[in-house]
Amino acid sequence: MMRPQNRGNSQPRWLFPFVVTVIFCLSVLPLGRLAATGIMSAFRGGASELLSDPGLWRSVYDTLSTSFFGMIAAVVLGGGFALLLTLFDIRGKALLGFLFMLPTMIPPQVTALAWIGMTGPSSALLKAIGLAPPLGSPQPLYSIGGIALLYGAQNAALVYLSLRAGLLALPRDAVEAARLSGASSFQVLKDVILPLSLPGLAAGAAIAFVSCVGNFGIPAILGIPAGIYTLPTLIYSKFAAFGPRTFADISVLSGLIAILSVIGLMVEARVLRGRDYRVIGLSGQVAVFRLGAWRWLAELLLWLTIFLILAMPLIALVASSLAPAYGVPLSPATVTIKAYEEILFRQAATRIAFTNSLSLSLATAFGLLVVTVLTGYFLVRSKSRFVGLISALAEIPYALPGIVLAVAFILLFAAPIPVISISIYGTIWIILIAYFSSFFAVSLKPVVSAFRQLDPSLEEAARLSGAGFARRLADIVVPLVAPAAGASVILVFLIACNELTVSALLWSAGTQTLGVLIYNLDDSGSFNIAAALSVLVVIMVIAMMVVLELMAKRLPKGVVPWRS
Amino acid sequence: MAKLILNRLSKTFDLGGRAAVNDVSLTVREGGFLALLGPSGCGKTTVLRMIAGFEQPSDGSILLGERVLADASEMVAPEHRNMAMVFQSYALWPHMSVAENVGYPLKVRGISGEKRDRKVREALAAVHLETYADRRPADLSGGQRQRVALARCLVTEPDVVLLDEPLANLDRHLRQEMEETFREFHARSGATMIYVTHDQAEAMALATDVAVMSEGKLLQVATPEEIYARPEGRLVGGLVGQGAILSLPSPFGDRRLFDWPAMQDILAGPAQEARADILVRPQDVEIAAEGQVATVLSVLFEGERYALRLALPDGQALRAFSRQPVKVGDRLSIVIRAAWRL
Repeated sequence: MMRPQNRGNSQPRWLFPFVVTVIFCLSVLPLGRLAATGIMSAFRGGASELLSDPGLWRSVYDTLSTSFFGMIAAVVLGGGFALLLTLFDIRGKALLGFLFMLPTMIPPQVTALAWIGMTGPSSALLKAIGLAPPLGSPQPLYSIGGIALLYGAQNAALVYLSLRAGLLALPRDAVEAARLSGASSFQVLKDVILPLSLPGLAAGAAIAFVSCVGNFGIPAILGIPAGIYTLPTLIYSKFAAFGPRTFADISVLSGLIAILSVIGLMVEARVLRGRDYRVIGLSGQVAVFRLGAWRWLAELLLWLTIFLILAMPLIALVASSLAPAYGVPLSPATVTIKAYEEILFRQAATRIAFTNSLSLSLATAFGLLVVTVLTGYFLVRSKSRFVGLISALAEIPYALPGIVLAVAFILLFAAPIPVISISIYGTIWIILIAYFSSFFAVSLKPVVSAFRQLDPSLEEAARLSGAGFARRLADIVVPLVAPAAGASVILVFLIACNELTVSALLWSAGTQTLGVLIYNLDDSGSFNIAAALSVLVVIMVIAMMVVLELMAKRLPKGVVPWRS
Repeated sequence: MAKLILNRLSKTFDLGGRAAVNDVSLTVREGGFLALLGPSGCGKTTVLRMIAGFEQPSDGSILLGERVLADASEMVAPEHRNMAMVFQSYALWPHMSVAENVGYPLKVRGISGEKRDRKVREALAAVHLETYADRRPADLSGGQRQRVALARCLVTEPDVVLLDEPLANLDRHLRQEMEETFREFHARSGATMIYVTHDQAEAMALATDVAVMSEGKLLQVATPEEIYARPEGRLVGGLVGQGAILSLPSPFGDRRLFDWPAMQDILAGPAQEARADILVRPQDVEIAAEGQVATVLSVLFEGERYALRLALPDGQALRAFSRQPVKVGDRLSIVIRAAWRL
């Protein structure tokens, strides 16, 4: 027997079909197409040739080893920061936390360029201070260790956030009870806090691992010159050397990445499930331990780390951008802003890339907002039993590495769209659709948390006042979620503007993005121009993060990703 | 305006689950002020939300005069019902000023300019908030917010005004003041009002009719005086007013109101299987010579008098008042002037 649908609910009849269509187009269709191609090529036996290729297994091994060591580095860095900043009386916590988040928000290809500028025989910075190794000595970062180190620096903040969330959720009375039982600070730390925060650490490690597996910018810049191919860069190189089996190969390869990621995400979900103690007792305020005489040492260590993983590479990046050419020592006599003039005023390619990235990011941020406001409204207000499934499907494209999604969209749009027979392959539209799919979850999350905080009676009062759906959306709902919507726009813009992985596979002449341009400039040897462009990107990232930081007080909890 | 009719109204939230509202039939006369009284979880708020149109009945129907507002297959959306509601949380829109909040129903109806301003001013004047028109809700106190919510109801002359525990978040002093405002509002607007509360004193003080609900069922609808004097059944008897319910040998016949001689017979009657629930209000228990013996269980000084809990010889408890101080353990002689068989 069908229960009559409750028409007392506030959603118009078209909302459910609309949400289902959006989710189908942005999540089910591309991933389904990828899975179908992967399975088909496996059945036709095409995969066996690929799977018997030792190069593939070499690449799987390199992916796993770089990701594993990267995860270890991220756990050491991020775990140390989370413990010290959350549990101890360190001064300048807010600033340290903010600075520690920066490497994650800086695009990986920029991170890679910055570190290259800091090491090796051609470093403008090292040459300027006379510490550069002799010419001909190898660049130490072009190695498994170098890639893993950068993975660690890039993803340490993920571990930091996850462990910190776990530590902040610790019930304070558990700590106080242990104290009253006679435990010393150290015993409390060892016997209560660390065991209870272990799930947070494990979950953070799992996310960091997934993020390493899917990273493209770092292994593309550091690995390819040394002949090290991770799975994402292997896809890229197979795609660049286009052949008859390319589609089958890349669908199998991205299937492998997807499997590795799903394993990581399942580990994360599993360890976090044990975190039920959140509801027991008061939480939110962690007891702070005094470090006493050790405090200055801890602070020194923290600032030194920030200096090494953030300040130094950025200084090196600026130094490279001011050098007249790659390998020329930087000195007051040689310093020049030619590279900046070049990108800002001379090169058509940079202008095109700027235009493309800015318009793509703006269109994605604002276009997605319209979709996510409606979807978020549906997810929070609806009592439909599909809500869980729909929110899971909305999350998947963002959880999977961008390269997987890019391959899915290539497969989907390689042939002209049936019925209307228009091909969007090679145009900017395919990148736009892939961005919509990829950043849907980023845009949705702040909006959903704002909706959850909204008292339903505010909308019910508007209904009784006579306002229909569109009217109360415009007058009541949207103004009330506006701060979160603003944060959503900035976040999507920030991530889309710096994105490389998706567009690296989807761009063609005239549609290159900033990420692609930086990579291509470096690839073609224009290191100083790539560095200058990267400096501009970093400035933009920091500016937007500061804006979000300033907005943070007016936003619902969890909207600004680096605030907990 | 017309009378509001609930016809065998039921609501089940989960298929096969317990009914939140079960077969409730009720007529609210035009211009009446009905209090829906019951413990939390009894279904009174669900009834209110069905009247407003936020929930659809699983069975039965809601009519306003001749017009069917909702049944199990069709319903009029809340935005087309010409009703207004005061929410427990007030539901004022924080991004609008007081005047904008009050004027929003007019704005939606396309009324603008001088006419809207005048109506908003009138509504704010009725709740004594004229000078607050440009403030934000966040700058107001709880009582003031409540009055803004009320002014928002007043402004469109709705057919029915719904109030969902509007005093629950206010302190005692403000409650009395707001009760006065509600009475004024009812007299002035002439709207049919439905008031949900779990506080029987509030219900009695405000309403022209009280409907008592428990576990989704409607137990009794009557005027406050009637429901106090002649409650139907144990639940209503326990919920309305103070009083003790004694389980006594069932008296013969269908007499329900007993005086002291009748009570003496019942108390002295032979112990038998058939028992009856008999409600005794504390003001009807008099401390007098030559009555029933009772032991004092507790004494509470209330200022104008002492409130006593007494135990009859068989252990059943009774409430009484005393002007004189008594001590716990004292044995008193009492006379029950009136009692009501539930």
